[in-house]
Amino acid sequence: MFELSFIWAGIIAFAVLTYVVLDGFDLGVGILFPLADGEREKATMMNSIAPIWDGNETWLVLGGGGLFAVFPLAYAVIMPALYMPIILMLLALIFRGVAFEYRWRTERWKPVWDVAFFGGSLVAAFMQGIALGALVQGIEIADRAYAGGWWDWLSLFSVLTGLAVVVGYALLGATWIIMKTEGSLQRQMQNYAWWLGAGTLGFIGVVSIMTPFQDPEYFDRWLNLPGSIFSVLMPGAVLAAAWALFTGLNAGKDNQPFLAAVSIFVLCFIGIGISFYPNIVPPSLTIVEAAAPDKSLRFALVGTVVLVPMILGYTAYAYWVFRGKIDPAEGYH
Amino acid sequence: MFDSMTAETLARMQFAFTVSFHIIFPAFSIGLASYLAVLNGLWLRTRDETYLTLFNYWKKIFAVAFGMGVVSGIVMSYQFGTNWSVFSDKTGPVLGPLMAYEVLSAFFLEAGFLGIMLFGRERVGDKLHMFATAMVAFGTLMSATWILSVNSWMQTPAGYSINELGQFVPEDWWQIVFNPSFPYRLVHMVLAAYLTTALVVGGVGGLHLLRSREDAPARRMFSMAMWMLIVVAPLQIAAGDFHGINTLEHQPAKVMAMEGHYDSHPDGAPLILFGIPNPAEKRIDYAIQIPQASSLILKHEWGAPLDGLDTIPDEDEPPVAIVFWSFRVMVGLGFAMLGLGAWSLLRRMRGRLYEDRWLQRAAIAMGPMGFVAVLAGWVTTEVGRQPFTVYGLLRTSDSLAPVAAPAVAASLLAFIVVYFFVFGAGTFYLLRMMNKPAGTVHLGLKDGPIRTAGITPILQTNPDAIPGE
Repeated sequence: MFELSFIWAGIIAFAVLTYVVLDGFDLGVGILFPLADGEREKATMMNSIAPIWDGNETWLVLGGGGLFAVFPLAYAVIMPALYMPIILMLLALIFRGVAFEYRWRTERWKPVWDVAFFGGSLVAAFMQGIALGALVQGIEIADRAYAGGWWDWLSLFSVLTGLAVVVGYALLGATWIIMKTEGSLQRQMQNYAWWLGAGTLGFIGVVSIMTPFQDPEYFDRWLNLPGSIFSVLMPGAVLAAAWALFTGLNAGKDNQPFLAAVSIFVLCFIGIGISFYPNIVPPSLTIVEAAAPDKSLRFALVGTVVLVPMILGYTAYAYWVFRGKIDPAEGYH
Repeated sequence: MFDSMTAETLARMQFAFTVSFHIIFPAFSIGLASYLAVLNGLWLRTRDETYLTLFNYWKKIFAVAFGMGVVSGIVMSYQFGTNWSVFSDKTGPVLGPLMAYEVLSAFFLEAGFLGIMLFGRERVGDKLHMFATAMVAFGTLMSATWILSVNSWMQTPAGYSINELGQFVPEDWWQIVFNPSFPYRLVHMVLAAYLTTALVVGGVGGLHLLRSREDAPARRMFSMAMWMLIVVAPLQIAAGDFHGINTLEHQPAKVMAMEGHYDSHPDGAPLILFGIPNPAEKRIDYAIQIPQASSLILKHEWGAPLDGLDTIPDEDEPPVAIVFWSFRVMVGLGFAMLGLGAWSLLRRMRGRLYEDRWLQRAAIAMGPMGFVAVLAGWVTTEVGRQPFTVYGLLRTSDSLAPVAAPAVAASLLAFIVVYFFVFGAGTFYLLRMMNKPAGTVHLGLKDGPIRTAGITPILQTNPDAIPGE
């Protein structure tokens, strides 16, 4: 059956995935920032994302705003349930975002904004991972409202997903810098990316094994037909992407490691989607139940169908304008 | 610190605090984006380098202010859910799509073209650069349009019905978007943003004129700002009058609170200029008033009857004292802006626009007053909507998320600390930039990278360079 709400679930999922990949490498660069060797490398790292971070972060606003628009009930349930991680993420993003500007405005306080850039990136990534884990665990709902406790989001599982996202984002960041730089910084990042890639795969393994035990429905889905087909296919695909990552790193390729790291993220995201479907908020709120009336979905869809391709177009153009390797010397004169 | 307060009070404080901080940046960047587009257009047309100098000067200031607006705005888009989830669930079907349109048609546009506007001139050429600059300005106006439509719908809801779950559901999108107070509020706010920017630009121009009367960019920006004031301030006062009449029609209780009319006036209401609202006794103490003037302003008729708050049930009454005062602050500042504009016009006609020291000092003093007026205006309209979130239909107390007071208190405290720290530092940097003359080559560090804002000049040699110099 033609269901508007499913189209919208796909659009929201696309927005969130786009956010995770794009701001993922931004935040990853921030997480790796303290490892830079001296001011020149710091400036190069920050400058590699400075032209685009703002647009990347806008996908997060679309994720939140879109959820409010088309799945208001999901929005109304998820936000109070994840109150603390969300607030901490927002505060962290404030520090991260202003650091881009402030760092160049002061000599005395530069170290402060460097810490803000690193700390903001780290905390935002960790909180996003915790939010993901808490969502996978499931959110208790009664009478169209969050019915759980204030610390439900905190568990061994959510801390693990938090760490997984931090390491994964750092991998994205490292491979991004490999793509955008050359010389010693690139070599340094190739070295980090190797370890971060291994760490990411380890976390994916642990989280994947734990996930079926978070909810019996996940267990059935992944261990019985037809879902068990994915249980074979997905790890295979992730391993293929990992192979591309490591061979690309060993061969000193510019773009392949980044594309491989992005593929790993996309595959994990698809895996989460398989677990969730047809729910939008596990364990009990379905996509259809959470959706706004068709009139709202249709009105918002008309503009989305026109505007999102345009957004993708001019975003791609902006990336293209600022393409190529960053030459650290050109930041100075 | 917040022990005795309810979750509702705390959540309201948190929203008021974060939204007040946030509105300061868009109020400035909406006007400044348009100003930048005008400056760039004038530079391309006349090739007068003063315009380019001003463009390069204000674009750096814009970038810092815009960055602060972005990060404080993201908080807003999530706070609806964290603290006001019942409101979100109920109004989401109507308001959500409007906000989604704001993100899609405004935020992406601004973010996408900002980089090219700030540092892409040499990479894309003059024409595309002008296009990018215009897109950023257009994006800020689109953003204002959608978010004011949302706010106006909360003030004057239309085009909806209520379903069996208690949700507002859309019936007619045209009526929802163009709800009765929207056109008035949009015009009033966009003009306010233009005035705010004109005052800042005028204040900065005045400051540098005080230091050097021959500073060409300072003369140019001062002159442009003063023209803007004398044109826009009267328009704004007229727009405010129309907006007030519209509010009287749709939200009479708000106007009663603004006017301080506790009692009905069947034979024509006086305009209370000043006085001390006394909520306990339901009267204005020490009132200085002009007989019949309120009826004249609101009904444009001598002796027209006006109802007072005695016709409104107590539980539906907005907090009178706050609305009464904030309204007077806004109106007073509006007339002060008009006065500054008129003064500058007189001096200009005598050919002494750049000579009058006191005019420059007054412009500096008025520099931040646009922000004060914008905040006072928003306090008037938002507090005046209380005790409802959706006027007359959804009470604020019924909009709250199932949040515990300690959680809201902790996050409120965190927001206060972080905002004062982060935006305090940002404001300090902005003022330090404005303190330098427009001709300054570097507004940032002396030997730092040549990037002053969100964007990196990767290939560009020097964005501060002025071609032909």
